[in-house]
Amino acid sequence: MVEEVQNKIDTEEEYTINMGPQHPSTHGVLRFVVSLKGEIVKNVQPHCGYIHRGIERMCEKLTYQQIIHLTDRMDYLSAHINNAAVCLTVESALDIEVPERVKYIRTIIEELNRIASHQLWWCAFGMDLGGLTCFFYGLRDREKILDIFEESTGGRLIQSYNCPGGLMNDIHPNFQQKVKDFIKYFRKVLPEYDQLLTGNVIFQERTKKVGYISKEEAINYGLTGPSGRGSGFACDVRKRAPYHMYDKVNFKEILYTEGDTLARYKVRIDEMWESMNIIEQLIDNIPEGDFAVKMKPIIKLPEGEFFQRVESARGELDVFIVSDGNKNPYRVKFRSPNLVNLSAINIMSKDQKIADLVAISGSLDLVIPCMDR
Amino acid sequence: MTNEQLKEKVLSLYSGAQIAEGKQLLTVTVPAEELYSLAKKLKESDDTAFDYLMCLSGVDYPTNLGVFYHITSTKYNHSIALKTTTADRVNAEVDSVYSLWKSAEYHEREVYDLLGIKFTNHPDLRRMFLDDDWVGHPLRKDYSDPLNIIER
Amino acid sequence: MNFNIYDFTSFNQWIDNYLYTSLSPFWALIVEMTIIGLVFLTGYALVGLFLVYLERKVCALMQNRIGPNRVGPFGLFQTIADLIKLLLKELISIKQADKLLFNLAPFIVIIASFLCIAAIPFAKGLHAMDFNIGVFYVMAVSSMGVVGILIAGWSSNNKYSLIGAMRSGAQIVSYELSVGLSLITMVVLAGSMQFSTIVEAQSDGWFIFKGHISSVIAFIIFMIASTAETNRGPFDLAEAESELTAGFHTEYSGIKFAFFFLAEYMNMFIVAAIAATVFWGGWMPLHIGGLDGFNHVMDFIPPFVWFFGKTFVIIFLMMWFKWTFPRLRIDQLLTLEWKYLLPINLLNVLLMALMVLMGWHF
Repeated sequence: MVEEVQNKIDTEEEYTINMGPQHPSTHGVLRFVVSLKGEIVKNVQPHCGYIHRGIERMCEKLTYQQIIHLTDRMDYLSAHINNAAVCLTVESALDIEVPERVKYIRTIIEELNRIASHQLWWCAFGMDLGGLTCFFYGLRDREKILDIFEESTGGRLIQSYNCPGGLMNDIHPNFQQKVKDFIKYFRKVLPEYDQLLTGNVIFQERTKKVGYISKEEAINYGLTGPSGRGSGFACDVRKRAPYHMYDKVNFKEILYTEGDTLARYKVRIDEMWESMNIIEQLIDNIPEGDFAVKMKPIIKLPEGEFFQRVESARGELDVFIVSDGNKNPYRVKFRSPNLVNLSAINIMSKDQKIADLVAISGSLDLVIPCMDR
Repeated sequence: MTNEQLKEKVLSLYSGAQIAEGKQLLTVTVPAEELYSLAKKLKESDDTAFDYLMCLSGVDYPTNLGVFYHITSTKYNHSIALKTTTADRVNAEVDSVYSLWKSAEYHEREVYDLLGIKFTNHPDLRRMFLDDDWVGHPLRKDYSDPLNIIER
Repeated sequence: MNFNIYDFTSFNQWIDNYLYTSLSPFWALIVEMTIIGLVFLTGYALVGLFLVYLERKVCALMQNRIGPNRVGPFGLFQTIADLIKLLLKELISIKQADKLLFNLAPFIVIIASFLCIAAIPFAKGLHAMDFNIGVFYVMAVSSMGVVGILIAGWSSNNKYSLIGAMRSGAQIVSYELSVGLSLITMVVLAGSMQFSTIVEAQSDGWFIFKGHISSVIAFIIFMIASTAETNRGPFDLAEAESELTAGFHTEYSGIKFAFFFLAEYMNMFIVAAIAATVFWGGWMPLHIGGLDGFNHVMDFIPPFVWFFGKTFVIIFLMMWFKWTFPRLRIDQLLTLEWKYLLPINLLNVLLMALMVLMGWHF
C-alpha cells in the first residue's frame, strides 16, 4: 500500500484533490496532488513513476545497438530524435564520421518528427482547453507524416530508424516527393490552426498572462524547448551546440519573451513553420552515398564518459554514457526534458485557477513515459 | 571561454581540482565537501556564469558513488562537467545544489531514489519514481530482484 | 372530426368533447392527462435520441469525420443501441454517497426539463397548456434543474462532482438573469406572456424583425445565456471533462447517467424552442407585410414544420458553438455575465420600452 502523501495545507479552507493518474488532462499516468482553496491552486505536487520501467537499468545489460530500441519508448512522440541522441553519443565516442547522406536524412526526419509532435501537442492542447475539434484537425495532418515514416522506416510512431553509424536502411524512392507534397499541403493548412484556435477570443483570454515564468526562473528551473523559449531563454540546442546539418541550414530560433502560456503556444506554431523551412533547404540536395558506415557487430566504447545534447520536440534531451570499455554501457543517463520542465509547474500555477493548471500542464507538452523512463 | 581558460579559472577557484580533458567537455573532479562551494563560485563568477544545470547524474562505482553535474553558461555558451564521489557506498552524502539551480530538485530526487545518494540541504528529498516503502535502490549494481531481473 | 395539419384546435376540441361526453368529467380529465403524458414522454425520448444523433453528425461535420454510419441507415439507430446499452448497464452505488439524494438528483433534473415542454406551442392549437404566464412558467420551471445538479454534486461524495456542482450553481443562477431579462425585453414588445398571443402577434413579421436593434441584441444575449444555462460548451464548466473528469455526474452510471444526458439535450431543445417561439415566430410561417402571394406560399408549409425547422436551426447554432470554441474559465464566465451581459440587457429593456412607447418598431 502506498501511504497517502498529504500536501502541506496552510489553512482550514484548503483541500486537496487528486488529478491523475487516470485523468483526461494529464495525458498519461501523471498524478498531481493539488491543494485548492475554492478554485484557486495553492500548491501542486507532481507524483511520477507510474510508468517507470527502469530503462536506464535495462540499458546496462544491452549492447549499444539494442539500446536504440528502448529510447523509442521514452518520448514516443519524438522517437527518431531520441534514437539520434544515442547514435550521436556512440559515434562521437568512436570518432566515426557518418556520411553526408545520413546527416541529411536524419535532419529531415527529425524535423518531420518535430512537426508531427507539435501537431499532436496542438490537438491535445486544444482538447485541454475544451476545443475538441482541434484534435481531428491535428491528427488529419499528422497522419500524412506517419505515412511518410511508414514507407521509409517501417514504423509509424516508433521507428528505430537510426543505428550507430547511420541508418537501418535507405529511404524509399518516393520519400523526397512525398515530403515535398506534404510541405506544400501543410503550408496551406497550417493557417487553419490559427483560424480555429489562435485567433479565438476565448482562447486568448484563457492563455494570456497564464502560467507566467520569467527568463531567469526558466533558466534556473532548466525549462527548455519551446517552453523555455516562450520565456525568452535561447535554449535551442540546434543553435547552441549544432549537430547533424543544423550548422549548415538557415533557420531562426523562435523566441517569445512574454513567458506565458500563449507565448509557449506561439513558439510551437512558429516552430512548425521553421521546421518546414529546414526541410525545404535539404530535401532537394540529399547527396548520393552510403546510408551507413560499416560497423562491427559488437561496438565497444572506449573507457570514459560521453555526453551528448540534442533538441527533442519537448526540450533538451541529454544522453550521458559512462563506459568501462565493455560492449555494454556501464551507466546510461537520459536527461528527460519533461521531468525538468515539470519541476517548474508549481511556481507557474500558483494562485491560478484549476482550469489554468490544465492549460499550463498542457502548454508544457508533457510526455509521461519520457519523464518516468 | 575555451577549455584552456576554463581549466585555469577552475584551478584558480579551487587548486585541488583534478581536471581531465574529456571528448567534448572538461571533467573537473572535486571532493564531495568542496563541490558546493566550487559550483557556487562557478555560477556567481562573472566570467564563467554557469547559470544552467543541464544534467545531474549519479553513477555507481564499485567502491563509491559518483555524481556528475553538467553545467553550461547561457551567456558564454561554454560547458563543463563537475564530478564528485562520495566517501563510501553506505552513507553516501553530497551537498545539494538546489539553492544554485532549482532544476536540481527533481534530478537529485531521482538520483536519491535510484542510487541512494543523500543530498543534504535538499528541500524535499523523497523518492521520485518508486513507492515510498520500496527497499533498495535499483540502479545500484548490487541491487537484485530475483523476480523481475533475470541475470545472464 | 376535422383533422387539419394547419390547425390542431378543432382536432383537440373533438378529442376533448368525445372524452367528456363518454366519461364522467373526473375520469375524462384523468384519461386526458394520461394521453398527454404518454404522448409527451414518447416525444421527449424520441427528440432526445434524435438530438444525440444530430449532435454526433454535426460534430462529425465540424471535425472532418463521417460520424455514426454503421447501425441502421446513416447510423440512425446508433443512439437507440446506445440507449439499450445504458439501460442494461450496472448502476454503481457509491458507499459514502448520500443514497436518497444521489438517487433523487437525476429525477429532479429530468422533471424540470419535462415540465418545460408543457408550455411550448408546437403548432397552432398543439400545446399541453396555454398559460397566460407561459414565459414566466418556463423560466420558473427550468431553473429547478440546477437544484438537481447541486444535489447530484453534493451527494456523490466526490470533490470533482462538488466543484462541478458549485460551478454549475454559480453559472446557472447568474445566467438565469440574462435569459429572463432578454425574454422580458420581448414580452415588452409582445405585451403578453402567453405563448399563443406572442406567436399570433408575429403573424405580420417575426419579432426579431419587428423589434430590430433591440430584438437582435436580446436574441444574441438569449443565445449566449441559454447556451450557458444548459451547461453546453463553451460554457460546459460544470462538466469540463479536461479539468473535472465529468463534473457533477462523475459518479453516475447506467440509466441515471442517461437521465442527465437526456435532460441536457432536452434542455437544449427547450431553449431552442423558446428562442424560436419568441424571436422567430414559433410555428408562424415567414410573413412579410404586404406581400400576399409570398405569404400564401409560406402558409402552405405546415406550422409544425416551421416550428421544428426553426428549432433545429437554433440547435445547430448551439452545436456549432460547442464544437468550435474552447471552454471559458469560471471567472471569465461570471465576468461576462455580470459586467457585460447584464448591464447591456438592462439598457436593452429600457430601449425596448422606449421603442414600444414611441412606436419605433414595425
